[in-house]
Formats: sequence, structure tokens, C-alpha cells
Amino acid sequence: MDDTRATPVEPTAYQRFDRYNRLLHGVLMFSFLGLAFTGMPLLFSDAAWAVRLAGLFGGGRSAGIVHRTFAVLLIACFVLHVWRLMHRLYVKKDLEVLWGPESMTPQPRDVVEMLAHLRWFLRLGPQPRFDHFTYWEKFDYWAVFWGMGIIGGSGLVLWFPEFFSKLLPGSWFNIALLVHGEEGLLAVGFIFTIHFFNSHLRPDKFPMDPVIFTGRVSHHELMEERPAEYERLQRAHRLDEIEVGPAPGWVPTLAKFVALVAVTFGLVMVGLIVYAVLFARL
Amino acid sequence: MTFTSSVPVFLLAACLTATTALAQKPAASAAPKPPTNDDCLACHGDPSATGASGRSVAVLPDKFAASIHGQSGIACVDCHADLARSADFPHGEKLAPAACANCHADPAAQYDAGVHAVARRASKQSVAAACKDCHGTHEIRSSKDPDSLTYHLNLPATCGRCHGNADIIRRGRIAIGDVVAQFQDSIHGQALSKSGLMVAPDCKDCHNAHDIKRKNDPGSKVFRTSVPATCGKCHEGIQRRYQHGVHGDALAKGRPDAPVCVTCHSAHQIQRTEGSAWKAHVLRECGTCHPESTRTFRDTFHGQETQLGFMRVATCADCHGAHDIYPKSDARSMVSSARVVETCRKCHPGSSASFAKYDPHADRHSHARNPMLFYASKFMEALLIGVFAFFGIHTALWASRAVKPDVHVKPRRPDAGRRSQE
Repeated sequence: MDDTRATPVEPTAYQRFDRYNRLLHGVLMFSFLGLAFTGMPLLFSDAAWAVRLAGLFGGGRSAGIVHRTFAVLLIACFVLHVWRLMHRLYVKKDLEVLWGPESMTPQPRDVVEMLAHLRWFLRLGPQPRFDHFTYWEKFDYWAVFWGMGIIGGSGLVLWFPEFFSKLLPGSWFNIALLVHGEEGLLAVGFIFTIHFFNSHLRPDKFPMDPVIFTGRVSHHELMEERPAEYERLQRAHRLDEIEVGPAPGWVPTLAKFVALVAVTFGLVMVGLIVYAVLFARL
Repeated sequence: MTFTSSVPVFLLAACLTATTALAQKPAASAAPKPPTNDDCLACHGDPSATGASGRSVAVLPDKFAASIHGQSGIACVDCHADLARSADFPHGEKLAPAACANCHADPAAQYDAGVHAVARRASKQSVAAACKDCHGTHEIRSSKDPDSLTYHLNLPATCGRCHGNADIIRRGRIAIGDVVAQFQDSIHGQALSKSGLMVAPDCKDCHNAHDIKRKNDPGSKVFRTSVPATCGKCHEGIQRRYQHGVHGDALAKGRPDAPVCVTCHSAHQIQRTEGSAWKAHVLRECGTCHPESTRTFRDTFHGQETQLGFMRVATCADCHGAHDIYPKSDARSMVSSARVVETCRKCHPGSSASFAKYDPHADRHSHARNPMLFYASKFMEALLIGVFAFFGIHTALWASRAVKPDVHVKPRRPDAGRRSQE
């Protein structure tokens, strides 16, 4: 940040996430936290905290109603996201959605970069030169995408069992319940530990990376963290296309507050799960 | 004092009376007469009358007159029979106990066979109840009299004078403790004390009035195998259903672990069965004999919800029935293939045969019972372990690499490591 101030000739920031995606991520965060806090009590119903936590939502019944309300919100997020992808693909004929550096599709370079990154961890090689999306960002994305399908699908089956019994035998509800819970646990555990670390808590980002809230990365950040993207855009003379002014002053403040709250709640949830796994289940 | 006639004359008169007019009342005998009630009350009618030890020996005349013995013209010396032959008044401090058995032979015989009499015979210091401890002394009333200590609505409090008294419970080593407090909070106690229902049972309806026996005595009304008949006196319809069901059948076959009424409902803390508290409670009760079923129930939606305190979901009795439980293979069973859809429909109106294939006791660890679920569970376990193992290591390595920047490690490619340190 200071570098950009020190070199005023450089643009203030480049846009990484547009308002649509920032907003979707905000709703996603909010609903995900809500789903975690109303869902985990059911999965860990044998832990004492589960009863209290469900009690905060007015007991098992109303926790269930809150859970389904957040679920509707998250499904709406998912639909809006897929709608936009389809729009880019079919209306704008933007094939970069499917392949290339700006696509979320896993590509050979992700494997190469992951191996190089691991070598760098072990001080056996240089840091890989990442482009727009890194392999762990793609993993985060697909984990959520897959999770939406699996958890959302199984959740709907559990919500409307009488309807789904026309399509599936009831024994699948048992599988839906298992998968819904275990996938939920995976998602909660992953987001509240791995995603938090990768995106916010790792030493060079600590305590948080505000990019998902401000949508902006500094010139320095882009060059340092995504040199391949920077050089690619420079070569194509497209850097000025994504150049934006500084975010309004309240945005970073709000971002810090929201992120702090989310990380705190998330880590509390992880603590409760670890406690339940260690002490209530064994 | 008026009774100062000479001892020999009185004794002679007593002997003559005994041989010639045994069945007649002493009052009818020749002089010198035994003391009349008025004679006794001349001293004892004074409310401040005390014995040598300072203990009150007062007998309030109107209380005695209102008692069943006063009403029926019983004389003091009918019960205090040793004084009928005494000529030395004021009489001595120590009197023989009132001889209730002289008139009440049957209840006395029943009492003699009961737990209180046994305890009293076993120890002189016993605190076990004698006749007067439940019936009172001079103020005894008919058990049909609402003011009687043994009236239906009053009996629990009367038993509670000992069975709700911490000191007596301790000294009498009464294992069950303050049983009257338990009873008062139960559906039966509430029906008696709060609703004033004469059809609700008091203590004697299950335990007898005089012939009270321990629950491990085969002659007791509350002996395990006798419990269904005892409860069935009032709950006859339930008893019939129970007898036909799997639990009653097991009891009839002599199985020692067959549950009877009190096994699930408790003896004294019987609750209403409509409420959430009971639904939560009965889960534990069923679970004491069916731990596996409780475990698998807990692992599925209904069990998870009830664990959180939301009881408007199915628990044991909602699907299996309460008293007329049959094996699944029996067509009468609510979970038999013939009836299971109808059972699901109680809560899920749109249930079908397909819907009813849901297993409310699915066991993800059992390949035999739920093969698909078993493999789904194994897949999920592998997925979770795989993801967390990989990213756990990934994160740990990254963290350790990032906190110690490579100040003295030279990048392999001069242009790759540090590029923009301007």
C-alpha cells in the first residue's frame, strides 16, 4: 500500500473483483456463517454446546427454519453466479470463461505451479509466477461449487422428502443426511481454517486481505503476487482497462470489521467442532 | 380421685366377671366397676394434663367424642385394657399399648405379615409405623371421613410423615428415600392433590393398607411380575395391550429382563406422556435395554433433533407403539411392511412405500444393514481426511516458509525470487 503512495505515477489500484462478485461473496459469507451455526448443532447434537447454540436460535425447530432461510439465500447466490457465467459464455461469447489464465478451469499449469509452490515451501526452488487465479484459489472455488451441488442437492432432498420420494427410494435420504452433514463439516472446516489461512491469516496477508471487499489490488501486489498476470496484461496493453481509483474510505474500514467478525465466528466454530470431536465423540 | 375402693374387692369382682360375663362389656359387670370414660376424662380431659415426664397425657373430650370410637361408645378401657383391671388410680406411668387387635383382628393380622410389623419385631428401636402412626390415637376417624388421616386424599401426607421425613428415612434405612415427594410431583400425586381426583391412586392402592410387602417379596402387589396386574386394576385397557405385546409376552415367558410398567414409567415419578419431557425421558428408558437402537436413532435426523430438545419429531413410541409393541416381522407391528407407510403418514402425510424405505436407525458402520450408506460414509471419510491432510500439510509448510523469509537463500533464477523491491 505504501509503495503505491510513494510512486504516485503508478496507478492507484487494479480491479480484481467487480461489484457483482463482491456482493455475491458478501452474501455467500453471511449465509455460509448462518448455515454453519445452525447446521453444526444438528451434526454435533450430542455435544452440550450444540443444545445451547441451537437454543440461541430458539431451539431445534427454529434453528431449522433459520437454516433453510440461509439456504435459500445461498442457493440464490449460486444461481446468480451460474447465470452470469452462462451469460458471459453464451451471450458475450467469452470463451475465456472455459480456458486460459482468467478461467477457473483447472489446467496443466496449476499442477506445475502447485509442485513449484511445494518446492518453494521446502526451499528447493523459487516462488512460482502465478497468473490471475492460483491453484489454491481454484480449489477453493471448486470446493464451494461442488459443495453447493452436493450440500444444496442433499439439503433439498431432506427439506422435501415426500416430493423426492417419488424420484428416489427413501434409503437415499439416509445417504443425503450423511453426505449433507459430512460435506457441511468439510466445507466449514475448510473455509474456517484453510481458506482463512490461505487468503487472510498467512504471514504476508495477516490479519486479512481486503481484496474481496474492496475489489482492488495495488500495483505492487499485482506485480509481486501475480507476476505472470502483470506481464501478460502489460504485453497486451490491457493494464489500463482494469485500472481503478482508490476505494471509498469506508470500504476498507467496513471490510476489516466484517472480516474480523467472520474470522472470529469461524474460528469459534472450528474450536467447538474440535472440542466435540475430541471430547464428546471419543 | 374417686377410684379408691380396696384392691381385694376389686380383684374378686374382676374374677367373677371374667368367669360369668366374659362377652359382656365391663360396664355391665358388678361393682366395683372399671373406670368409665368420664372417670378417665376427669383427669385426662384437662388440656394441660401431663405425666411424670412432662409429656402431655391430655385427651380432648370433644375430639374423642367426634372420633369413630367416641361415636360408637367405645370405652377408654376397651383399648387400654390393662386399666380395666387396675384399682390403683392415678395409674402408673407405663401402660400396655392399646390393643387394637382385640376388635380389629383382620387388619391386625394383615399388618403383622407386613413390612412394618416385621421391622418392629426385628428391633425394639424400630421406627416402623404401628397402628397409631397412621390412624392416630384418640381422634381416629373412619377412612371414609374426609378428616381422617387415612382418607384417600390425605393418605400420601400421612405416609409422608415417615416416608417424607429425612430423620426417619435415615434411621429406618429406607432405600428409596423421600418417596412421597416423588409421588406428589407425579401424575398420580398431582391428580390427587391438585385435581382432587378420587379415582387417582394413593399409596395403599398399589401397596395395600396393612399387608404392605417389599417389592422383592413375591407376595407383594408391587413384585415385578405382579406390577401389570396392580396397574391394570385402573389401567385395564393398557394392561391388555401390554400383555399382547412383545414386552408382556416376554414377562409371561418368565424372561427376567422383560420390562413391566414401572420399568419405563418409574414407580413414583410417573409423568404425563403427552409432554416433551416424557418423550425425552422415554428415549433413555428404551435405551437402557436397546442401546444399539438408541445409538442408531441418535445418528439420524429424528434423534439429532430430539437431542437438541426439539421433540416434535418421531421418537420410539411414535413408530413402535407404546404398550402393544410387536416384532417387525409381526403384521400387527406399526413398523411391519404392512403398516409402516401408515405409521410414517402420521407425521409425513405424503409418505409412500418408497418414502418408507428411509431407515430411521441407519448405521453407517454396518455394511450388512446399510451397504450404500456404508460406502458413502467411507467415501466421505476418505474425502475429509484427504482434503484436510493435504491442505493441513500445505498450510503448515506455507506458514513455516512465510514466517522465515529467505534472506540468505539465493533464488535459483536471479529474476524469479525478488523482483520488485523498489
